[in-house]
Order: sequence, then structure tokens, then C-alpha cells
Amino acid sequence: MDFLWAFLIGGLVCMIGQILIITTKITSARILVTFVLIGVVLQAFELFEPISQFAKAGINVPIIGFGASLAKGAMGAVKSIGLLGAFTGGLEATAGGIAAAVGFAFLFSLIFKSKTK
Amino acid sequence: MKQEKRNEAYNRYVEARIPKTKAWPSLFNSFWVGGLICVIGQGIDMLILYLFPYMSQQTAWAWTLVVLIFLASFLTGIGVYDKIGKFAGGGSIVPITGFSNSISSPAIEFKHEGIIYGTCVKMFTIAGPVIVVGVVSSIVVGIIYWIVGLF
Repeated sequence: MDFLWAFLIGGLVCMIGQILIITTKITSARILVTFVLIGVVLQAFELFEPISQFAKAGINVPIIGFGASLAKGAMGAVKSIGLLGAFTGGLEATAGGIAAAVGFAFLFSLIFKSKTK
Repeated sequence: MKQEKRNEAYNRYVEARIPKTKAWPSLFNSFWVGGLICVIGQGIDMLILYLFPYMSQQTAWAWTLVVLIFLASFLTGIGVYDKIGKFAGGGSIVPITGFSNSISSPAIEFKHEGIIYGTCVKMFTIAGPVIVVGVVSSIVVGIIYWIVGLF
């Protein structure tokens, strides 16, 4: 069941991205920024958790999940340490993903050569 | 005036030359490839929880993201992810693997411009705006949340 929901919701979210690409010729940087913002807004209004309950990976794997963790981290940290949390919480919650992406990119850039050109 | 007319004609010429992505097949492909990437994420998460039953949901999910990011980065390195991207469009951009690809791809492509000015700088051409917008908006949300909590 989890797989089915993950597939359907995840597929739907990606298809919305593709619709944006076709209709507005939006670049991939803008797509990613838009979906991160959607995640932040969903989390800010506490709508992300209810969706995540049944969609699981379907909403967490899309970059919406990254935006939601940023906002969730900031909100959680504000709750525990006050205003400073607005600055520390977001990156703390997403540090693993960002560091992994940067670290692996650096590692593989040393190993592999560009395939195009 | 003349210049404008020429530009218009040129724009039409460019428009005609741009490879047309067929709308319906690309929607279908983005749907099933994006869905499949999410299913793989779900599978990795379940596998981790199965192998390490005492791990918290949150930690298992963090590991899942690290694994997905690793896979996307590796597939970018061997040139496979860009092929998936051409086929699936939004299906490969929107998942977190697309974020990983957006960092790895320029890092590898601009390697020849040097480690610092090539790899390290170009790495953030797409991820930079994503991180900036994400961080700034999370700060705003945090501050609003703090103000609301005062009352």
C-alpha cells in the first residue's frame, strides 16, 4: 500500500513539474526553487504532515520534502531555543542532505570525466 | 524599427528550430519515472528499518535521502542520469535525486576549469538559488512562528 501511494503521489508531483516545464518553459533551477517553496509553505501551515502520513516517500522524496524539513527544523528549533532557532533550525534539519549532495558531487568530480563534449 | 523586425523574424526562426517535446508522452514519462524514484526511496527506507529495527523513523529517513543522493550522484558521474533526464524531464528534476544531479553534473562538467573555479564554484549554479530561497524562507517562517508564539 505504501508503495502504491508513494508511486501515485510522487508521480503526480513530478508530472506537475513537467506541466510547468511545458507550459512556461521554466528552467530546472526555477522548478527546484518553486517546489522547495511549496514545501516550506505546506509545512508552515502544518499541511505537510497529514499528506506525509499516507504519501510517505511520495511527498518526501520530491524536493518538496526538503523545503518542508527546512521549515519544520526552523519551527522546531524556535519552540526549543527561541528566536535563534529561526536561524539554526532549517540548515540543521537539512544538513545531511546538503552535505551528502556536496560531498558526493566533489568525490565523483574527482573520479569521473564529463561525458558530453 | 528595422532591428525589431529582424529580431522578430529571428525569434520565429529559433522557435521553429527548438526541438519540440511532445507534451503527452513527456507527462506520462515524468509521472512513472518520478513515481518510480519515490517507490525506490520508499523501498530503501523500509529496507533500512528492516535491517536496523531499533533505528528511529527520522534517522532511517535521513539515511534514505543520503543513499538516494549517492545513487543520483554516481549515476550522474557515469552519464546515466542525464539520459534519464532527457527522457523523463520533471520526473528526474523534482525528486531529491534531481537536486543531487544539479550539483554533481556541473561539478563534473566544469572540472577542467580547475578544482576551485570549476568544480567548487559551478557546483552551486543551480543548487545555490535552491539553498538560498529555502534558507531565507525557513528563517521567515521561523520568525513568524516565534512572533505567533508570543501571544
